[in-house]
Amino acid sequence: MIPGSFSYHRPASVADAIKLLSSLGDEARPLAGGHSLIPMMKLRLASPDHLVDLHGIAALKGIHRDGDRVSIGAMTTQHELLASDEIARSLPILHETALLIADPQVRYMGTIGGNVANGDPGNDMPALMMTLGASYRLEGPNGAREVVASEFYQGAYFTALEPGEILTSISIPVPAAGHGYAYEKLKRKIGDYATAAAAVVLTMSGGKVASCAIGLTNVHETPLLATEAARLVVGTSLDPATLKQAAAAAVAIMAPAADARGPVEYRKHVGGIMVTRALTRAAALTK
Amino acid sequence: MNDMTPTREQREAKLEGMGCKRKRVEDARFTQGKGNYVDDLKLPGMLHGDFVRSPHAHARVKSINSEAAMKIPGVLAVITAETLKTVNLAWMPTLAGDVQMVLADGKVLFQNQEVAFVVATDRYAADDGINAVEVEYEPLPVVIDPFHAMDADAPVLREDLAGKTTGAHGPRKHHNHVFEWTVGDKDLTDAAFRKADVTIKEMISYHRTHPSPLETCQCVCSFDKISGELSIWGTFQAPHVIRTVVALIAKIPEQKIHVISPDVGGGFGNKVGAYPGYICAAVASIVTGKPVKWVEDRIENLTATSFARDYHMTTELAATKDGKVTGLRVHVLADHGAFDACADPSKWPAGFFNIVTGSYDIPTAHVSVDGIYTNKAPGGVAYRCSFRVTEAAYCIERGMDILAQKLGMDPAELRLKNFIKAEQFPYHSALGWEYDSGDYHTAMKKMMESVDYAGLRREQASLREAFKRGETREIMGVGVSFFTEIVGAGPSKNCDILGIAMFDSCEIRLHPTGAGIARVGSKSTGQGHETTWAQIIATEIGIPADDIKIEEGNTDTAPYGLGTYGSRSTPVAGAAIAMAARKIKAKAQMIAAWLLEVHEDDLEWDIDGFRVKGLPEKFKSMKDLCWAAYHAVPPGMEPGLEAVSYYDPPNMTYPFGAYICVMNIDVDTGVYKIRRFYALDDCGTRINPMIIEGQIHGGLTEAFAIAMGQEIRYDDAGNVVTGSFMDFFMPTAVETPHWETDFTVTPSPHHPIGAKGVGESPNVGGVPAFSNAVNDAFSFLGSTHIQMPHDFWRNWQAAKNLGALAA
Ligand SMILES: Cc1cc2nc3c(=O)[nH]c(=O)nc-3n(C[C@H](O)[C@H](O)[C@H](O)COP(=O)(O)OP(=O)(O)OC[C@H]3O[C@@H](n4cnc5c(N)ncnc54)[C@H](O)[C@@H]3O)c2cc1C
Repeated sequence: MIPGSFSYHRPASVADAIKLLSSLGDEARPLAGGHSLIPMMKLRLASPDHLVDLHGIAALKGIHRDGDRVSIGAMTTQHELLASDEIARSLPILHETALLIADPQVRYMGTIGGNVANGDPGNDMPALMMTLGASYRLEGPNGAREVVASEFYQGAYFTALEPGEILTSISIPVPAAGHGYAYEKLKRKIGDYATAAAAVVLTMSGGKVASCAIGLTNVHETPLLATEAARLVVGTSLDPATLKQAAAAAVAIMAPAADARGPVEYRKHVGGIMVTRALTRAAALTK
Repeated sequence: MNDMTPTREQREAKLEGMGCKRKRVEDARFTQGKGNYVDDLKLPGMLHGDFVRSPHAHARVKSINSEAAMKIPGVLAVITAETLKTVNLAWMPTLAGDVQMVLADGKVLFQNQEVAFVVATDRYAADDGINAVEVEYEPLPVVIDPFHAMDADAPVLREDLAGKTTGAHGPRKHHNHVFEWTVGDKDLTDAAFRKADVTIKEMISYHRTHPSPLETCQCVCSFDKISGELSIWGTFQAPHVIRTVVALIAKIPEQKIHVISPDVGGGFGNKVGAYPGYICAAVASIVTGKPVKWVEDRIENLTATSFARDYHMTTELAATKDGKVTGLRVHVLADHGAFDACADPSKWPAGFFNIVTGSYDIPTAHVSVDGIYTNKAPGGVAYRCSFRVTEAAYCIERGMDILAQKLGMDPAELRLKNFIKAEQFPYHSALGWEYDSGDYHTAMKKMMESVDYAGLRREQASLREAFKRGETREIMGVGVSFFTEIVGAGPSKNCDILGIAMFDSCEIRLHPTGAGIARVGSKSTGQGHETTWAQIIATEIGIPADDIKIEEGNTDTAPYGLGTYGSRSTPVAGAAIAMAARKIKAKAQMIAAWLLEVHEDDLEWDIDGFRVKGLPEKFKSMKDLCWAAYHAVPPGMEPGLEAVSYYDPPNMTYPFGAYICVMNIDVDTGVYKIRRFYALDDCGTRINPMIIEGQIHGGLTEAFAIAMGQEIRYDDAGNVVTGSFMDFFMPTAVETPHWETDFTVTPSPHHPIGAKGVGESPNVGGVPAFSNAVNDAFSFLGSTHIQMPHDFWRNWQAAKNLGALAA
């Protein structure tokens, strides 16, 4: 439980960070809150020669509303998300989800940028970002680009990040007023990753679902959007038969690994239940 | 008497003696980060050791190449079994009469087994070193499932035992067999089963788990080449035994070995035995002449130092049709892992498992235990329980519920019908124990009234109807557990460790100003001895607890004791403390008689001193007598006021309790909710009710963890799949239920202060209460027994197997 040796860098600007990462090459890793990276280093599952700490870069912090979007700096901690009135007002599901991550100690350190950039299917934010239609701003030696969350995740710990690139901010469209939302996460205890979790954002009109997005956490090597399940519920009043079909459609795309949380069959089964519960609770919250 | 003269109540209160909720004196330093643990120790020039461990559960070690490791700056030595052979320490004896590899000698037998010890100038270099040691393995077939360990074609695990048909505990019937231990009358028991109206038979497993103390195992060894003395600071629950073991195996004269247990952050049985880390650190210090520190990390603790349980108990009960139990038969398959490293009293290879008749008057019983080797970590320690008592309590308490179900009887009623009656004590059990005291009916009835047991059953019945009608997906379980512990090991007639009788000891020395110090052979690992031991002395000799310093854990200063585990501190060391105090009191009485110019028999004890009978103003306080002991003793008497007592208990003590757990389970997810947990404990005389309550809370939390998820699980290849707190269930305050505690008091008749020990009761009694609640919840769907741990997915699995998930 002791990491290998590494050198430590603390750039003061995004440009410097990119320069460092590009010149140091493959053996350099950005360090955000360290609550995914450092445990891996202690187990020597990761042994970067260089850590480029992003804490010295003021531009990576902060939460702003720009018209119908909310922009969040990558180095904003989960705790800061929870403390933000803007998030509570515009993106209550983000508040709800952040509260289900680990424990206060982890949330004081862990950042939203690190959470979404890590590529760990167990992390809660990626599926939520896909559900919300968020996009990530990536800045690197060749300039800046925007990648939508649903195209960012390629495999466990594999993302669209190119060498030398940093995720600098996240931009999230604010869901329609009166929308319903829920993040249902089954976990064994505080500090545990999801056995299965589902994010739902929907709107209703005249007692019927008008729009719906469903995201799934930790039931596949990447976070998932359950598009077929979402399509099935649109236009319905979420009657029991529809809920059952939607859950089945979501389960059909799940491919979790068996682990100490349970066998594959169980994780898929409760994945379906999380979808049903999230849909039901979200619908009840619509105004 | 003027107004300033304290009243009797004030004098009593000032002592903070037995029965007082005295605040824990040690907490001032613990809560401020000022504890002094092994890892706080930093000696000049100290080196650090770390282990290369096996990734395989069973493999031949073809070669170990430490060339690259030795090139790492700071790495000073790589110790292997070959190095240890030069000092005859490649293997070490275990407390269970087996031998264990210190470092892999030719092969490895469990994942994370110690293969080489890298010594370096700092912790970081040591870790770099272990990653650079190249070990070539040739994997061998593994034995993981205990039920196949004794198959004819099972791989041979212990090649060192080839041809040995007899082990430390008698004949071995297979190359992977450790011992067979039997007790009870087989023929009578078989006859009882033949005659029975009703019988049950169930294989009840108590899965492998781990004590996982907050502080892992660790030590600092420092060998002084000039004097030839070896000092060992370690996380030891039994420092004196460690000193003797070191003297025996390292051949260092015992007076040249200093063992010190500083503050210890929890033990729970994990820190009784000796581990390769201690031997390697000692050898490394002897070789380098420098102090060497070894500190285990969490993964190492969970996967390599002693596990607990892993008992697979085929349990049978015989009864009449109206519910009188007539016989008990149990066969245990005991998985000991690669080496038998149990920390039981030497003659008890299955501990006190023969307490398995529990709280019931069962006329005949027979138990046989087969210990076996598998490719798992060694151990089999008593995780917050007296030796194998928690396994026994789980076995009988589950068995009673299964029998009740078969009889169609209420489980509480079945227990009431079979309890040993208060007038039957001292009670001789069919399996050989003499229960000292108890009043089970009173405790059980108090529990049932406190929780409105009948009301709970009514609620359960209506919820079951609602479930059947499809109105709810929740089921409700009520888990009753009535346990009897056997603690305070133990009388020299039946308990020893490596031949040393299991007494304990206390030395009290009072100073002229009426203060003093008591040194005790036990070793607190968090139980609060510094608080409670002083309370016993305060009541016995009338010196305020605040004026008595308690010291434990230094083998140079403390009298020899067998340590703290098996709830033995209060029953054994606590008795020694009272007896030493009484010797002091007897001498003080002689001094008082001399000073008051009366005969000793004319004096009577009054709270904090002696007074002349009938002349209340003629009084000498204990404080005065301390002063007198140093300047005015009667002619012919030696000055000073000190005493030593070594206490060999005449019997064990038998704490008991009535627990109940109320739980709801969502069958669709398996998620449970503990609605209520009530624990009534009877530990005899209560020294400090607040500490007792704390002990109950802690033990119940462990019981909750064990029953509901905490396990050391291996996959088919022998990889540990629960090797960190991510997967090894360690509940936080959020998951932990609310505990309701209660008590009755049935003092032990043979213990000087009537106390019985309490630390382990909640673990012993708690596990069956949780498990019975889960099993009770599912029973109406047709199940008789569901194995622990009852984590979410297994609850779901149970619901699924019972057809409760339909549609
Ligand atoms: C006990 C425990 C329980 C946890 N439980 C949960 C949970 O339930 N749900 C959950 O979602 N998470 C959980 N986490 C993870 C936690 O949320 C982490 O903080 C988060 O995954 C990573 O954020 P970080 O800021 O700590 O990133 P770091 O650990 O510093 O970095 C993670 C990875 O992302 C890269 N990275 C970081 N920032 C950037 C960036 N701006 N641009 C490019 N790459 C970047 C790093 O190089 C590294 O590879 C848990 C962690 C712990 C220790």
